[in-house]
Amino acid sequence: MAGFFGSREGERLSKQQFKAQLNQVYCWYTVGLVLFVAVLAGLERLGMPRLWIGSTFLMATIGLYAGIGIMSRTTDATEYYVAGRRVPAVYNGMATGADWMSAASFIGLAGTLYLTGYSGLAFIMGWTGGYCLVALVLAPYLRKFGQFTIPDFLGERYGGNLPRFIGVIAAILCSFTYLVAQIYGVGLITSYLTGIAFELGIFLGLGGILVCSFLGGMRAVTWTQVAQYIILVMAYLIPVIWLSAKQTGVPVPQLVYGYQLEKVTAREKQLTDDPGEQQVRALFRQRSEALANKIGHPAASLTADRLDASRKMEELKSGNASVAQVSVAARALAAMPRNEAAAVRSWSAAKATADIKSQPLNGMPPHAAQFSGDPDGTPKEKALYDSSRRNFLALVFCLMVGTAALPHILMRYYTVPSVREARQSVTWSLFFICLLYFTAPALAILVKYEIFTVLVGMPFDHLPAWINTWSKVDPTLLSVTDVNRDNILQLNEMTVGGDVIVLLTPELAGLPYVISALVAAGGLAAALSTADGLLLTIANALGHDVYYRMIDPNASTVSRVTVSKILLLVVALTAAYVAAQKPADILFLVSAAFSFAAASFFPALSLGIFWKRATGIAAVLGMVSGLGVTSYYMLTTQPWLREAFGVTSPIQLWWGIEPISAGLFGVPVGFAVIVLVSLVTRPPPQKACDLVDHVRYPDLKSL
Amino acid sequence: MQLTDSQRRYWRKNLVLTAALLLIWVVVTFGVSYFARALSFRFFGWPFSFWMGAQGALLVYCLIIRAYAWYMNHLDVEHDVADLADDGGH
Repeated sequence: MAGFFGSREGERLSKQQFKAQLNQVYCWYTVGLVLFVAVLAGLERLGMPRLWIGSTFLMATIGLYAGIGIMSRTTDATEYYVAGRRVPAVYNGMATGADWMSAASFIGLAGTLYLTGYSGLAFIMGWTGGYCLVALVLAPYLRKFGQFTIPDFLGERYGGNLPRFIGVIAAILCSFTYLVAQIYGVGLITSYLTGIAFELGIFLGLGGILVCSFLGGMRAVTWTQVAQYIILVMAYLIPVIWLSAKQTGVPVPQLVYGYQLEKVTAREKQLTDDPGEQQVRALFRQRSEALANKIGHPAASLTADRLDASRKMEELKSGNASVAQVSVAARALAAMPRNEAAAVRSWSAAKATADIKSQPLNGMPPHAAQFSGDPDGTPKEKALYDSSRRNFLALVFCLMVGTAALPHILMRYYTVPSVREARQSVTWSLFFICLLYFTAPALAILVKYEIFTVLVGMPFDHLPAWINTWSKVDPTLLSVTDVNRDNILQLNEMTVGGDVIVLLTPELAGLPYVISALVAAGGLAAALSTADGLLLTIANALGHDVYYRMIDPNASTVSRVTVSKILLLVVALTAAYVAAQKPADILFLVSAAFSFAAASFFPALSLGIFWKRATGIAAVLGMVSGLGVTSYYMLTTQPWLREAFGVTSPIQLWWGIEPISAGLFGVPVGFAVIVLVSLVTRPPPQKACDLVDHVRYPDLKSL
Repeated sequence: MQLTDSQRRYWRKNLVLTAALLLIWVVVTFGVSYFARALSFRFFGWPFSFWMGAQGALLVYCLIIRAYAWYMNHLDVEHDVADLADDGGH
């Protein structure tokens, strides 16, 4: 069995044979997957309970990933670090696709597009356009360099351990925050599928990740990621295709959703002027004013509230109220804020929600509107337009450059056999990624159409049952309340969280539960595959770069791999521990990783290849200053980080750029410092120049 | 290491191609997005700039990378710098 994913004992397959064998394995695997879903669908009809279906899915997929890990176990360094450098371009493309598409892409992207419309396209462009930089500026050259990690390149090109060490720090900084977010996603999905506790879900998922990457390193991770890609793309496409066929009669959502967008835009105008909607908005405005009044006089309002709640309790007790009613009132009384500060905090949060809900369309911008504000309007609208456009462009820039600098992606191009295949492999990567990214905006619009035209305007007693199911899971994900008591659902009476959009699609399309479970398994595959790649990046940076290159260069191959494996365990457990604490603002941390990667790696890597004059000391200073500027801007402007680090100075945005795009300042500073310092320091030694020539030509035949 | 004329020309051609393709990349991404409000004529139902952000730009990115891989793989052979990967790995 081990022969599937590598060399059989004593026998080496030719490239064509190896690829043919892979084609066969993954073909059967896909057929098996379809059959598995079909069998479960049959069992569902026969009355298999939902939780069983979910658990079967979870166990089957995690078992599959572990199985691949066991089949491709290895202690060979080339196999462990770079999968033996024999992964065909197509398969490396698929593996990169899975490595790249995280829980944020799979679950979060369509939700962001649903909530923000055009602004969300910054993620679509940013997370695909970065591959142009990967293909043209980095991947082929790194493949020619042909070592094991990204800090390796910095160490060789710039000489000495300092550039390597800073590379290790930067790689860990951006990969670890990203890893925590993936493991958090694993915990959420596992507990949704099986109903077990979140913390337990984390460790169950972690088991799947570990068996795979621990035993087989990059080799196991590569072949698992290909399997995960197939699951995640199937899970993403099936419900959208179904929904599209249901709405438009055409099963190609990517081609026809433009017309649905037109209908959504027309419906948005209707909903803005609808009397029921206006009534609901007016009620929320009153609520917001009442809360503002309370915040103005916290002491008096809190006393009045307490008095009110206890009087109500007394009334219920003395009257013949049911036990349930009394317990609701008791809970309300117990939930009363303890002091003024807590009261003000909870009122401010409630006021923020009410403020959003007193805007048309539940606070969402019109879906097709490019940027907010108006270039021809009042000066205030004009300023709003300018700043929203500037932030859109800045975010695209940071996401693109960050994509091109994330070590776990760049590392994948070490695994292909040649420079030629590295170039082709980036093409395949982007192709496989685009399959999903083409679909996400379509999904958002089809779901919006369904909610705006089918759900909104429905009597409350006719609403589908899954709304209730979801609000029991988490009311911030999905909940409805009849604010104006007309028994008709208005848009502003509904709360929809971004993370639930993808998981809702099968229900909206009227598909059986087994497809919902498939979608959840797809989300799990997305999170696990990215976690695998990140875990390897961190463990290899520590095991290969720090231990082997810096501490013990005479270490044997076996001990190098063993040290990497032990570190992998430690990193995984640490990340799981951090994720179990449910750190706040996880989405921000993920986006921050892009800015960090962009500012620290991109200038040093690209100048290292394209400019022979770039010197070691300049690269060190460039990486440090890029990272420094980015961190400084984030620390002083991002609310959560400000609180964590106790920053109290007033927020000063540079040119109105949001903290999420801090890399916009870090990247140019990094470039400028490397160029300026290089010009005033001694030119790099001949060895470095020879290395640059070596990476520039796929095969440099010396004279 | 001394480079031959052919090898120098190879690198210069590579630089020109990279710069040209990156220029297209910049125009498609930042050019279209900057003028997004003005470019909202109807395009198969979508406002044009919306379609560009959701699909058009992605298509162009794919083409850019495909073109680069195709051209460079030919250029390698033409300038005799292609690596002829041995059969079977390593």
